[in-house]
Amino acid sequence: MQFMLLFSRQGKLRLQKWYVPLSDKEKKKITRELVQTVLARKPKMCSFLEWRDLKIVYKRYASLYFCCAIEDQDNELITLEIIHRYVELLDKYFGSVCELDIIFNFEKAYFILDEFLLGGEVQETSKKNVLKAIEQADLLQEKTENMYHSRSFIGCKKSILEY
Amino acid sequence: MLVPSLKVQDLIEEIRGAKTQAQEREVIQKECAHIRASFRDGDPLHRHRQLAKLLYVHMLGYPAHFGQMECLKLIASPRFTDKRVGYLGAMLLLDERQDAHLLITNSIKNDLSQGTQAVQGLALCTLSTMGSAEMCRDLATEVEKLLLQPSPYVRKKAVLTAVHMIRKVPELSTIFLPPCAQLLHERHHGILLGTITLIMELCERSPAALKHFRKVVPQLVQILRTLLTTGYSTEHSISGVSDPFLQVQILRLLRILGRNHEESSETMNDLLAQVLAVNILGRFLLNSDKNIRYVALTSLLRLVQSDHSAVQRHRPTVVECLQEPDTSLSRRALELSLALVNSSNVRAMTQELQGFLQSCPTDLRADCASGILLAAERYAPTKRWHIDTILRVLTTAGAHVRDDAVANLTQLIGGAQELHAYSVRRLYCALAEDISQQPLVQVAAWCIGEYGDLLLEGSCEEIEPLQVEEEEVLALLERVLQSHMSLPATRGYALTALMKLSTRLRGDNNRIRQVVSIYGSCLDVELQQRAVEYDTLFRKYDHMRAAILEKMPLVERGGPQVDEEAKESKEEARLLEAAPVPTEPQASKLLDLLDLLDGPSEDAQHPRPLDPSPGGALVHLLDLPCAPPPAAPIPNLKVFEREGLQLSLSFVRPPETPALLLITVTATNTSGGDVTHFICQAAVPKFPAAATGPQWGHSSSSGWPSDDPAPQNPQS
Repeated sequence: MQFMLLFSRQGKLRLQKWYVPLSDKEKKKITRELVQTVLARKPKMCSFLEWRDLKIVYKRYASLYFCCAIEDQDNELITLEIIHRYVELLDKYFGSVCELDIIFNFEKAYFILDEFLLGGEVQETSKKNVLKAIEQADLLQEKTENMYHSRSFIGCKKSILEY
Repeated sequence: MLVPSLKVQDLIEEIRGAKTQAQEREVIQKECAHIRASFRDGDPLHRHRQLAKLLYVHMLGYPAHFGQMECLKLIASPRFTDKRVGYLGAMLLLDERQDAHLLITNSIKNDLSQGTQAVQGLALCTLSTMGSAEMCRDLATEVEKLLLQPSPYVRKKAVLTAVHMIRKVPELSTIFLPPCAQLLHERHHGILLGTITLIMELCERSPAALKHFRKVVPQLVQILRTLLTTGYSTEHSISGVSDPFLQVQILRLLRILGRNHEESSETMNDLLAQVLAVNILGRFLLNSDKNIRYVALTSLLRLVQSDHSAVQRHRPTVVECLQEPDTSLSRRALELSLALVNSSNVRAMTQELQGFLQSCPTDLRADCASGILLAAERYAPTKRWHIDTILRVLTTAGAHVRDDAVANLTQLIGGAQELHAYSVRRLYCALAEDISQQPLVQVAAWCIGEYGDLLLEGSCEEIEPLQVEEEEVLALLERVLQSHMSLPATRGYALTALMKLSTRLRGDNNRIRQVVSIYGSCLDVELQQRAVEYDTLFRKYDHMRAAILEKMPLVERGGPQVDEEAKESKEEARLLEAAPVPTEPQASKLLDLLDLLDGPSEDAQHPRPLDPSPGGALVHLLDLPCAPPPAAPIPNLKVFEREGLQLSLSFVRPPETPALLLITVTATNTSGGDVTHFICQAAVPKFPAAATGPQWGHSSSSGWPSDDPAPQNPQS
């Protein structure tokens, strides 16, 4: 995988993980163009598209787009599974994850991703192990206001997985 | 002194609260000033919080380069919280283009060698995300050591870091190759996965490595087998498949290792057959995810050639997929359904496919119609069913069937004597309802012409009694003739049918004669010629009319035969359209053609010139409207000469499709008299790719390769 982007329906970036070295300017340009391309897709279209010399695999969960750029020899379907697995991990960690969780706890989103993927490849295929590792790291970390998803919302939270 | 700084989440909320871009910028600028100040002389305890805020701001697109040094400081701090945020910052703000990035090498080195597992994990993660070539060179040995670390948590990360290092610095392969063999014995899925990825990288970069790793193929096969036979494991399974991530990687590696290598492929085969376990694909078919269903259908389609019976098991599901609104899915389902038709399920399948034909999108209609016709051709349980099926297809999707469908159907009906009455009635009813579907109209017209007498007789057990008046029949044919929807060919059929009816019907022929004479001045040359000839028949040769217009002889069905009535339209007919031209000496091929025409083989039929009689005209059976023969070395061949009738063959190979050989039969009348009622029948040997139906006993020495698939099956 070359990079993964998470962005909202308005095109606001919520997470960016780059596995290839690019300048800030280049990253911004790519992000802008890709976000535009993906947002222009209609809902019924399939999850794969070709963009520049990369394959783009994307999926929308509620108000968030999860978008990965993979290389020619990479498998699209397994990338879809990777995206889904990541969402499941977020969901398990945050308890019915929604976009706001990812906004207010973006570092956690990164940490979870970093326990699942490494250098653009899957490092751990067991959901249990990933969540365990995060738990342990959290425990290690001193208690600061960044740690816990202290935002409690009135009413029942609906996970983006349920959309 | 210290201004209590905002918590990260408070800042985020404040930024989100900004109503305009300008407001947001203001908030952020203010905060960045704070952050800068606190970096300079702020409380080290809260440094991580400042960096986190900066990272958020950075994600919104604002400059954050002044945070780079802070990352370094935080990484160097002993506190885990600091390291966690520091490394995150490094991954987001530092990359190999910045000079500063090298400065973290030392910290990483320390953390790798002395840190706790969690810290080692952080360091490895950062290294594999943004490690430059220099960093990789410096840290290779550290990572190598970690490959042997007892903790699987660290080992799995170390393996993937090695992958990254090799991508950056290929020479490091030498360091990371030896441990692989050991690592393959791991039971931890994460480590296995990383190892396989590592081996893939190594193999792709060096043929020597590829050779080296071929010997682990049996081991890989074993791992895969274990995965397949393991029961469901909540940890690793997705939709009932154990650890698909690992399976996919193993398969990818096996593919690389097995490429062009007989022995490895052998070892894999058995297992892969199981994996392919159409079972897995079957499960994919039931998946609600469209993407997966699409891939499953595609794979099954590829499989159906080699392992037909296994795929049959999934027929019901495949048929369901026909109902998909998504066209790419329904197209695949259609192809697969057609491939799955066999003699036992042909009735059911055809039913389903007919249903599909009625509602399917236009771009699939032609394929569906041809597919049904082909399936009917191959597996029809009874002739009546066959006729019914074709009729239904013509009614539903007449505009989309191929041209030879008409010829096939007429020939089929002609051959089923017991069904003449049935066919003509059904076709009459269909025609009465709708005269726009050209193939249907053509067949109906032909049928009515041939069997008009049966139509009027009124009784037939297989269908409700139908009372048809002669006038109605004639009126219908006239309608067809006059309709602007009718193609010239169709009108030709209709006119000829009318003519034939003059002998079949009992009433007088004035109406017919009128029509015929009107068309004698038709603008269409073909119609005009026919009309004139028929008119002449009425006026001068009335005594011959009955003989000329009698029912056509039944044709022996030995293969797809092209039955041409002499006065049929000038459409080009490619006699041996399906013949893939073998690269054999041309002489033998010509000889074989001669055999075909003159020999006693069951498929050859001699052209039979009937009693030559005055009147009539020169008949050109086939005219190829295209270019004169190119510089093809095949000379024209005179194959028949008797009583003034000469037949010769000329061969043309169109430049755009050199595999195609177009053979023109030219009949020339050199006698003083005229030739009428000339019938030429050509038999085309069938080259089945999937052998079904009537077989040709061709040996390969005959020059007709019997096992090459025909590039265009004339039936479909």
